[in-house]
Amino acid sequence: MTEPQYLLEMDGVSKEFPGVKALNDVTLQVRTGTVHALMGENGAGKSTLMKCLFGIYAPDAGEIRMNGRKLHLPDSRSALNGGIAMIHQELHPVPRRSVMENIWLGRFPMRGPFVDHGRMFRDTEKLFEDLNMDLKPDTIIGNLSVSQIQMIEIAKAVSYNAKVIIMDEPTSSLTGNEVEHLFRIIGDLKKRGVAIIYISHKMEEILRISDDVTIMRDGRKIGTWPASELTTDLIISRMVGRDLTQRYPNRENVPGEVVLRVEGFTSPFPKSFKDVSFELRRGEILGVGGLVGAQRTELIEALFGLRSVASGSMLLNGMPVKIRRPVDAIRHKMALLTEERRVTGIIPVLSVLENTVIANQKSYARYGFLNEARRREDTERHVGRLSVKTPSMKTLIRYLSGGNQQKVLLARWLLTQPDILLLDEPTRGIDVGAKYEIYSIIADLAASGKSIIMISSEMPELLGMSDRIMVMCEGRLTGIVDGKTATEEQIMRLAAQHSA
Amino acid sequence: MNVNVKKINSFLAENAIYVVLVLLVIGISLSNPDFLSLSTLTNILHQNSTKAIIALGAAFVLITGGVDLSAGRVVGLAAVISASMVQMSDYPQKFFPHLNELPVFVPILLAILAGLVVGLINGLVISKLHVPPFITTLGTMVIVLGVNSLYFDMPPNNSQPIGGLRSDFTKWGSGSFQIGSFSLPYLVLIAIAVAVICWVIFNKTRLGKNMYAIGGNVQAAHVSGINVSRNLLWIYGIAGALYGLAGMLEAAKSGGASSAYGNMYELDAIAACVVGGVSTTGGIGTVPGVMAGVLIFGVINYGLTFIGVGPYYQLIIKGLIIVAAVSIDIRKYLAKK
Repeated sequence: MTEPQYLLEMDGVSKEFPGVKALNDVTLQVRTGTVHALMGENGAGKSTLMKCLFGIYAPDAGEIRMNGRKLHLPDSRSALNGGIAMIHQELHPVPRRSVMENIWLGRFPMRGPFVDHGRMFRDTEKLFEDLNMDLKPDTIIGNLSVSQIQMIEIAKAVSYNAKVIIMDEPTSSLTGNEVEHLFRIIGDLKKRGVAIIYISHKMEEILRISDDVTIMRDGRKIGTWPASELTTDLIISRMVGRDLTQRYPNRENVPGEVVLRVEGFTSPFPKSFKDVSFELRRGEILGVGGLVGAQRTELIEALFGLRSVASGSMLLNGMPVKIRRPVDAIRHKMALLTEERRVTGIIPVLSVLENTVIANQKSYARYGFLNEARRREDTERHVGRLSVKTPSMKTLIRYLSGGNQQKVLLARWLLTQPDILLLDEPTRGIDVGAKYEIYSIIADLAASGKSIIMISSEMPELLGMSDRIMVMCEGRLTGIVDGKTATEEQIMRLAAQHSA
Repeated sequence: MNVNVKKINSFLAENAIYVVLVLLVIGISLSNPDFLSLSTLTNILHQNSTKAIIALGAAFVLITGGVDLSAGRVVGLAAVISASMVQMSDYPQKFFPHLNELPVFVPILLAILAGLVVGLINGLVISKLHVPPFITTLGTMVIVLGVNSLYFDMPPNNSQPIGGLRSDFTKWGSGSFQIGSFSLPYLVLIAIAVAVICWVIFNKTRLGKNMYAIGGNVQAAHVSGINVSRNLLWIYGIAGALYGLAGMLEAAKSGGASSAYGNMYELDAIAACVVGGVSTTGGIGTVPGVMAGVLIFGVINYGLTFIGVGPYYQLIIKGLIIVAAVSIDIRKYLAKK
């Protein structure tokens, strides 16, 4: 009955939530020592499937076998003991404690009633040595980078003797070098016979490191293929269930006169942006490329008055302007879609309507009293125009998917009728179908004469959407290239053009 | 069967506070049917009108994600200030022996103004100096008690309770409309009016919407162009003014005042808000919820005494209600996660 070539088998797993069949008879077979990519749009059921595997959800039907032996997984602890570990997309370390305490949390080595710190230190050191990780066990975890914390999470998974490690979007906040480091560690883990279930939206990554790819759609498994037989377009068409001849919309915008001129923008902080000068034209999409740490977010947040500027000037339509607070920027018809949707974008406890109108409240107020009818009309019109999928305008925004939340935030800013939109990673964490919709909206906006500055860490997105691309490295502008003729190599070279 | 259970569960979760209130009334009435009468109702409303006004002030602050510990002491300050200026001219122990009879609106406005000033100071310190609300209002709570005690201790009063208040002042607290044999206290009408005004501010004004946005995600509110400092300033100011109004009404209701007035009222107000579904992490809360929260404690106080439950048992029951009501209420947010 058991096929020996599979380390882990999930067989006929189904899970139903009120009103939604989240998983419908899904089968997943993972081989020893391989990277198995799990792909699908948001809402396809990837996370639910992994939560069933990690003991967070109890499946309604189906069974999970490890080496042919059936596993009973009522909670995460039993999953860990059964050899399954999960590296979450958002890491939750205990920040003020040391690396080793985070790794052995809940199972400290004891000597009598006391924690045996000496043994904990040696065990941790040995673990890092085995994994070729250059970390010290007694560092306070709060001082480490996201990438280092992720390494620690992986070490922790190995310390549980995990045979299957689930990684949910592990590279979403890593720089190029850090990604390479992660891939080396994944290679080492494979050699030790560990299987990795790898969830990511980044096609290039998937094609590069995975051995098998399972694609899901609407809670069902579409199929499993060797990665060598797949291409990006093939994966996308199987994910969305239709042929995607085009990943980016046709753009009909024609850049016009200069609307924004930034000269010598310099941050008061030495490690941040310095001496950045550029121009933005009417109806232009200006892409901003660079690695993590290039200070792109810092730069456009400074343009919007969220961060302070030590020197430099800004000319809007030829007139010098001073923007000290977001409210000044909004008055000058600027809008900012921030990078961290959950931290600085949505107001989770409020409705779609309240989230949509919040930046435009002033225009509905008379003597402080709001015109409810106009608030609703405007929301309905924009939510309709951007085809946001929501049960009602009163639904709390936190119940919407990431893509729909992002569209609500776009609607929020469109209501203020901006001339210049600053978009910081506008498609981060959004599934392929919704991405295309957001690209179309951006293209339409540019065609209607709005000027757009778009930060993106996805190279194809930058190349596919921008009229021009400015590239930053360590706070400096290293070059501006034409979007039509630029190549990935050219941008990478500029992004890595360190001054030292 | 299963679906019905779910429906009932979700109804209970959505309306937990009202269900608790109804159950309390039913329980007490079963124990003593005399409880169900019009006079009981007006008594409970009369007793809890000032508490409702304080709780509404506290709700403003809680919804922004803050907390206001100065509420009780501001009530005391406003009570003493207003009472000290409305004593009868022939009263032997006057706070200001040579003060002529002031028009009654002067002490009323001064009481509200005193509350407003303390509230604005809270708002300034919180929004401009970025001192956490808990610490700021802990500080003003102590300072206001000090200021009030100094004022109260001024010769010739020397910390004597202030009495002999004029009837045109006390009638605001103890007078009522007579409709046949039924009397409706002015105090209840004032509280209802304040609740209606608060409901309008919460739901129909920019300030109200900004308040929810700030409590829901202060960074997103800032990015969206909301002037967070200015809104917080006004919100703490309004809250302070409401405590001032409540303090003046407390003095009018009891016909006197001392610097001990209002002690610990802030905790009653916070408890009523929290039981009424106001989130202490901000962004969530309604006026009807706060009113239900106040009434739950009002019914417990009055009703349990009515059926002869001792005051010490009442404390235990109150504490249990706080934790139980919130544990039920919080399920409507947990369940949908």
